[in-house]
Amino acid sequence: MEIYLDNAATTKVCKIAVQAALNAMQTDWGNPSSKHTKGLDAGNIIKNSAKTIAETIDVKPTEIVFTSGGTESNNMALVGAALAAKRRGNHVIASGYEHASVYNPLISLRDFGFEVEFAPVDELGHIKIDELTDMIRPTTVLVSVMYVNNEVGAVNDIGAIAEAVHEKNKDVIFHCDAVQAYGKYVIYPARLGIDLMSVSGHKINAPKGSGFLYVKDGVRIRPLIWGGGQQKDRRSGTENVPAIAGLAAAARQYYNERREATERLYELKTMFVNELKDINGTHVHAVKPEEDGSFSEAEVRKTAPHIVSAGFEGARAEVLLHALEQSEIYVSSGSACSSNHPGISGTLRAIGVPKNLLDATLRFSFSFSTTREELEKTIEVLKEIVPIYARFARK
Amino acid sequence: MIYRAFLIKYSEIGIKGKNRYVFEDALCARINENLSRISDGFVTVREQGRIFLSCPEDYDYDRTVRELKKIFGVWAICPVKVIPDNSFESLTQATGDYVEEVYGDKEITFKVEARRADKRYPIESPKICADMGDYLLRRFKNLKVDVRDPQVRIHVEVRNNAYVYSEIIRGPGGMPVGANGRAMLLLSGGIDSPVAGYMIAKRGVTVDAVYFHAPPYTSEQALQKVIDLAQIISAYTGPIRLHVVNFTDIQLDIIEKCPRDELTIIMRRYMMRLAEHFARECGSLGLVTGESIGQVASQTMQSLAVTNAVCGMPVYRPLIAFDKQDIIDISEKIGTYETSIEPYEDCCTIFVAKHPVTKPLLHVIEKSEKKLEGSVEELVEKAIKTVRIINVTSSRIYDKGTPYAE
Repeated sequence: MEIYLDNAATTKVCKIAVQAALNAMQTDWGNPSSKHTKGLDAGNIIKNSAKTIAETIDVKPTEIVFTSGGTESNNMALVGAALAAKRRGNHVIASGYEHASVYNPLISLRDFGFEVEFAPVDELGHIKIDELTDMIRPTTVLVSVMYVNNEVGAVNDIGAIAEAVHEKNKDVIFHCDAVQAYGKYVIYPARLGIDLMSVSGHKINAPKGSGFLYVKDGVRIRPLIWGGGQQKDRRSGTENVPAIAGLAAAARQYYNERREATERLYELKTMFVNELKDINGTHVHAVKPEEDGSFSEAEVRKTAPHIVSAGFEGARAEVLLHALEQSEIYVSSGSACSSNHPGISGTLRAIGVPKNLLDATLRFSFSFSTTREELEKTIEVLKEIVPIYARFARK
Repeated sequence: MIYRAFLIKYSEIGIKGKNRYVFEDALCARINENLSRISDGFVTVREQGRIFLSCPEDYDYDRTVRELKKIFGVWAICPVKVIPDNSFESLTQATGDYVEEVYGDKEITFKVEARRADKRYPIESPKICADMGDYLLRRFKNLKVDVRDPQVRIHVEVRNNAYVYSEIIRGPGGMPVGANGRAMLLLSGGIDSPVAGYMIAKRGVTVDAVYFHAPPYTSEQALQKVIDLAQIISAYTGPIRLHVVNFTDIQLDIIEKCPRDELTIIMRRYMMRLAEHFARECGSLGLVTGESIGQVASQTMQSLAVTNAVCGMPVYRPLIAFDKQDIIDISEKIGTYETSIEPYEDCCTIFVAKHPVTKPLLHVIEKSEKKLEGSVEELVEKAIKTVRIINVTSSRIYDKGTPYAE
């Protein structure tokens, strides 16, 4: 039995998304910009998809810009908004544990004369709101805070953060990387004070190469991709109709299942972290323990339903990962996106995980179809292998 | 000029005596194999000291030359014009047409070099040169003769047909793989061992390989990297039977029972023993490693001696006197470098001690190895029994879309 617990890296495409994408490849395969019926049919797919997605976050369809995924959305949001706002100021702030697709575009902004600062986070992985607002100046044009951290599953109170930021400087553009949050949470950016929000399709059972950026009406973005002026000049290039169709279909299904599925995942996660903590030398990150070391469901519910991060003293993450693989259990070490670049993976360090656990931490991430049996089996295998692989450490 | 044929000159085969045909057959086989990747319809014919290659109608010249340049034993590749009627009139006429097509009205100095392989041909070589030169001078005003240092040498070879060529593309030299026996390469994911395999193959040796895999300490990506490397060098060496040995249990046994600073040396001794076992199974006559004196702790002269002590067959170390940069240069040239530097760990680095021994003594190491008695024999046997053999060929990637088949 294959047990896939790496759903924060990517998910399997769901059937209706496949069907929608297939239809856009085989039936309505026209170019949405064409003036004839073939073009119109494809254009309608885009329009309807934008409408479907806009409904999930309660915004206008015209505020949705389709992209190739989370990385492009983050780049477009940060670089695009900063460059467009350059006349107002050159100061940008982000939290200290953003994904590489936020961190690196921001670093590149330094070449364009921007001053980029990173705000600290606490040991549970929440951004320190007071310290963040203290950093805001009159010249601050952009603040970026992620909704759910991809490595440890910590959840920020985005509404409160956006409000505090705008209270200090109402002209600040507030960006939220919601790649790990969209679909798990009901997010209404307009009410929360979010100006730009990045979403990726392949984390919610849509095809890779799909995603969108919510751009609030009136927020100016300098395009990164120039060309034929598609998507109201914001993102040129013939729209990826199959991916967009798949994204909308997957998003609709995801939000239909969301309430029930996340309830179930919280129960499973509570069980899972409590089982984990009983394995000798194991430390669960970013969940607040009770005095006796156990984890209450109330505390677990303050974190993302689908991500568990745990360190295993004395073992190496990569070795455990491959050992689990031998039992057909697939997990990741740290964040899959950055596991090839140990230098970037800053989340664990940012939340103060001790040095000996940095290289010993695995991430287990669930999907809506993850079962209790799968998690019980995983615990069983871990109980067996952790002591073995903690024995042979590197010297 | 569109060429439809090549004359291929080979290097040291020419000096071989009675078993020259073995070398020539091997060379033809390698040419056919490499070119079959591009398309059907290439034909090789042996012609006194040359191989004549005729090409199908719509063949790709650049790719053909690129493939030929990978074949050991090829000294030079000459794109030729074939003149079927070799009477002297049509020979001069056709050679003139060739010169016109290739050099147009460029001002060049030239010299004719004739070779009369068919001694029945009525005109002797010096006279062919003189008369041909005369003809060309009369026909083209832009040509000048320079017999000592010409810009262009126009070669005319009279055989069954006559051939004209003036371009000579250097091949890699060496001897065709298959001409000189078989050896077992210890292949890791590093920079050196693929280069060592390439170098030994250059002397006509058929290469098999053994890789020591240590799951879960080393990943499937590390294995895939080794397969990728084997595939890159198989373009030069021909198909490689890659033996993937599960080394984990032996390695852990050593870690548990022997001093950590001797780990690498003892591991390498077991690798040599296992490699030799598979080498004998394959009919190999030696082992090949990428070792180079002093490069790392396990490659000091003392370490090499201790490692070598377990081997009952010759160990060939083509890189023994090479500097790292020289090895890197070759790996870049043969196309393994980019793959070699992918960041997956192999079993040698994963438990390595901070300060491994650099001057091991044989009796000390043998004493440490005594501690493994009673457990390691069974583990070695298991490693032999569970070996996975992957046939790696460079052509698979073209026809099946998968790099290897088991």
